[in-house]
Amino acid sequence: MRYASEFRDPVAAKGVLAAIDETVNAIGATETNPVAIMEICGGHTHAIFRYGLDRLTPPGLEFIHGPGCPVCVLPMSRVDECVELAERPEVIFTTFGDAMRVPGTRKSLLQAKADGADVRMVYSPLDALDLARKHPEREVVFFGLGFETTTPSTAFSILQAADEGLTNFSVFCNHITVPPPIKALLDDPDMRLDGFVGPGHVSMVIGLEPYRFIAEGYGKPIVVAGFEPLDLLQSVLMVLRQVQEGRAEVENQYARVVPAEGNPASLAAVAAVYEPRERFEWRGLGEIDKSGLRIRDAYLTFDAETKFGIGYGAGPRQVAEPDGCACGAVMTGRIKPPACPKFGKECTPERPLGALMVSSEGACAAYHQYRLASLEAAE
Amino acid sequence: MNANAPIGPALDSERVTLAHGGGGTAMRRLIDEVFLDAFRTEATGEMEDQARLTAPALTETGARLAFTTDSFVVDPLEFPGGDIGTLAVNGTVNDLAVGGARPLWLSAAFIIEEGLEISLLRRIAASMRQAADAAGVAIVTGDTKVVGKGMADKLFITTSGVGAIPPGRDMAASKIQAGDVALVNGVLGDHGAAILAARGDMALSTDIASDCQPLNGLIEAVAEAAPNLRAARDATRGGLASALNEMADAATLGIAIDEEALPLRREVVGVCEILGLDPLYLANEGTLVLFVPEAEAEAALTAMRAHPAGQEAVAIGRAVAQHPGRVVMQTLFGGGRIVDMLVGEQLPRIC
Repeated sequence: MRYASEFRDPVAAKGVLAAIDETVNAIGATETNPVAIMEICGGHTHAIFRYGLDRLTPPGLEFIHGPGCPVCVLPMSRVDECVELAERPEVIFTTFGDAMRVPGTRKSLLQAKADGADVRMVYSPLDALDLARKHPEREVVFFGLGFETTTPSTAFSILQAADEGLTNFSVFCNHITVPPPIKALLDDPDMRLDGFVGPGHVSMVIGLEPYRFIAEGYGKPIVVAGFEPLDLLQSVLMVLRQVQEGRAEVENQYARVVPAEGNPASLAAVAAVYEPRERFEWRGLGEIDKSGLRIRDAYLTFDAETKFGIGYGAGPRQVAEPDGCACGAVMTGRIKPPACPKFGKECTPERPLGALMVSSEGACAAYHQYRLASLEAAE
Repeated sequence: MNANAPIGPALDSERVTLAHGGGGTAMRRLIDEVFLDAFRTEATGEMEDQARLTAPALTETGARLAFTTDSFVVDPLEFPGGDIGTLAVNGTVNDLAVGGARPLWLSAAFIIEEGLEISLLRRIAASMRQAADAAGVAIVTGDTKVVGKGMADKLFITTSGVGAIPPGRDMAASKIQAGDVALVNGVLGDHGAAILAARGDMALSTDIASDCQPLNGLIEAVAEAAPNLRAARDATRGGLASALNEMADAATLGIAIDEEALPLRREVVGVCEILGLDPLYLANEGTLVLFVPEAEAEAALTAMRAHPAGQEAVAIGRAVAQHPGRVVMQTLFGGGRIVDMLVGEQLPRIC
């Protein structure tokens, strides 16, 4: 928190914005032929609109909103499986708050809770472990969800449970990793991207190395960024300078927090507990090779999929998305949210059809909640 | 209820049991020794099934009666800066006050879960009396029910309040005009942040206390300094953002606020950063937003700052003709964004 105000200094921001303007001009980018930068992380998407940065950057710079919102890319079939687990009478289903409202085919976890399922919001898997200790007669399932940022904490909770010999604790593992979908997007011939802003908190864990293929294999710049508005602007400027100078490197704007090698203790815990799945389904993107994690055989007793016989690979995979839902096209940057025919009509934060409207970090919710241009367009 | 000598054995159990709701002597004891002891004032007359009241403020020509009710549930029951009792008194006092009414009397109904400690109930009744005295109101009638374990969560309180709106005063959001200035009386989000921290399930240690306080004195002071005071809302559930959206909607005007002007406490911003919450949506229990004509804004601010409940008062924006029904904010960076109504509850994010 000591940092917060320093990285929200409007005067410093003005300087960076002027440099962004200058660099975009030097590149020769225009509104019709913009430099396209993907901010991978939903946290960054949220920050862009919350601070109104989209109003301050030049029209020759286009933000493409990436797939980095774990709630948004969760396939509906997995939400259905959560509900199925939660509805078992012996289960206390524990979850992070923002996963509660994601619509499933039948219902969301919030609705399941109202219908009598024992669903509890926790702030950490360690809270779920506590519940397991307090309720030995119940099965406590933790909804393991998120990228490299949250994976270590569930790995530690499984190691701890194994250490204590807890038999009534398991994790419903939906952990995913950032690099594979980036590779999938780069392999997509329709995608036109000039560079990336990478999520700083992911690199806190994995470091910089896993992004090297973006620079070296695909010739695109990537800058790992912090989450304050000034962090984001500085990172955008660093990407633009690489584009201008014809460089493609992995740079670290968030060096005050991110060590190049990441966090070895977290990485070791993750490697001990998890291994990559063959493939995993991403909402709107389809199945992506080696993009999800499963619990290793040695810890299968803590795997809710194994314990309850449901989960990835146990049944038919594809659950159709709601009719006309364009979440996939938005997530790959093909269209902007307002171009979706459902946006703001059948799909609102109040009654979300698609996942991008559910989480505040989803691109559609950010557009709907914050974006002034939509208000001006309506007048 | 009976104000005469107590009947039956003294209140010797440590916890409320179903017997205390049975209508017999145990219930009488509970009412006499916990509630009546705490609430008794000059207005407490004969114990009939209703309070019988009169006040000169109501008989003035042109005076109007204001009447409101609210239910209070909070976990935990006691938190830094208050408890469910102070909330129940101040919440209803403030609902009267923001309409321009001078609060007079409250009722208080208690739904008690079997097993609640009687000492806790006494503390809550005592803080209700204290809050009522501070606001200049009397709790004149009430009710208790005891329900079985699991049928309620420890204690629910409903208070209703009656107040008098002086002749000629007509505060309403629909009276707001374009150009009017929006003022708040102090820092935002303390109550919401204090409750989050007090729940203790996040291991956050902060010294943020709830801002729970009566606002009737402050509003009287503003009304005197700014006779054309248009409207006020207390920014309770849903925070400042919801209060402003409701006012914009009722006034069919836009509201433009300035992020730089928002009074935010560093600790509250910190709690929000960690949990991914927005302080604009955090609940307050003693914070209001009011609109005055531009010509009276300085006088209103001076009056607020001279009052204990308004020392940190600031102007945060104004009503505008553009984008009716919507609230927009100039961000610290000079960018702009919509400040929307909250959908459901704010849910802490994943990462």
